[in-house]
Amino acid sequence: MLDGFAALGHATLAALQKLGRAFLFLLATLGGLPALLPRPRLLLKEFFSVGVLSLLIIVVSGLFVGMVLGLQGYVTLSKFGAEESLGVVVALSLVRELGPVVTALLFAGRAGSALTAEIGLMKSTEQLSGMEMMAVDPVKRVIGPRYAAGFLSMPLLAAMFSAVGVLGGYFVGVGIVGVDEGSFWSQMQSGVDWREDVLNGVIKSIVFGFVVSWIAVFEGYDCVPTSEGVSQATTRTVVHSALAVLGLDFVLTGLMFS
Amino acid sequence: MRASRAQEIWVGIFVAAGIAALFMLALSVSNYTSYTKGGQYHVIVYFDNIGGLKIRAPVTLSGVTIGRVADIGYDKEKYQAKVVLGIDDAYPILTEDTQASIYTAGLLGEQYVALELGAEDQTLKDGDRIYHSQSALVLEELIGQFLVKLTSK
Repeated sequence: MLDGFAALGHATLAALQKLGRAFLFLLATLGGLPALLPRPRLLLKEFFSVGVLSLLIIVVSGLFVGMVLGLQGYVTLSKFGAEESLGVVVALSLVRELGPVVTALLFAGRAGSALTAEIGLMKSTEQLSGMEMMAVDPVKRVIGPRYAAGFLSMPLLAAMFSAVGVLGGYFVGVGIVGVDEGSFWSQMQSGVDWREDVLNGVIKSIVFGFVVSWIAVFEGYDCVPTSEGVSQATTRTVVHSALAVLGLDFVLTGLMFS
Repeated sequence: MRASRAQEIWVGIFVAAGIAALFMLALSVSNYTSYTKGGQYHVIVYFDNIGGLKIRAPVTLSGVTIGRVADIGYDKEKYQAKVVLGIDDAYPILTEDTQASIYTAGLLGEQYVALELGAEDQTLKDGDRIYHSQSALVLEELIGQFLVKLTSK
């Protein structure tokens, strides 16, 4: 009986401790970011591996999501004789929801897990402690650039996802199922508001970038330095990022569009 | 050094593509262009019933969109709905006896404000009021009136 309470208490305290560590770690990382300014090369390398290498999956997924939206939207809208609104449907769902959310989920799987594994391996092979021995702060040298690259590339990737998705919807809608081209674009332009829809989508993707990158680098830095620990940390990154993104998306949508 | 040069180029392409995508979203997907067309002036119009009119609904003149609904409120002294129309500065041509009506685009479409010019020479300035207004048609009211007519025969 008492053992049960002890286990519950232990789990609660451990979770709280981890949350506290994650928060302090975030503060240290953000505090270390100005150290990047004189050395943009560090950022460049991470930007390449986090952002550029995620391009392929983002662009291809965006294209297919857009094409599927085009097909599905057409099937539903044609029941109401409103095929002309296909452009608005595709653009609004991409810009408001699917762009930021799917990009963040893909990003967590593609780049977040890689960040965690890389940092976790650095920790388990004692490269991070080695840096500390040489009076190099690993939070500034290793974590900072990766974190910055993560949250800077997310809005760019999300914008590309939405733009490519709209093009995909256009190919299917206008090219295949035969919606009128003029009304596709004009209804889209009159139905999508620049501030309400596009900017709020960008804000969403900035928030997601911040959170997903935070989870990724923290799980790597905080992992148990064994091969098993690294693999668990990588899994946790993907799971926690996905949960955080979906939960935050609900909150942000409630705040922005209600 | 060479590898890093290739990386620089790729990162450059990446950032440029991201910004280009944002521009595309702004310019060809959304209504950003209508924000940048210079200023607007506001005219006020009172309606008995605005139906389902929403903020940012189009304001048209002969079918051409010349502005947007800027604000909707209820005037407690007049007991009428107060609608503020934002008209583009490019159209300073609304006469003082302009008539404003609320119409529906299509059967299930969005409601908009249609303006019709009058014959006066004086034009409306910022903050002026349109005196002639025609309320939105509410389907239930029409059906109600129709039924009353039917039964009163």
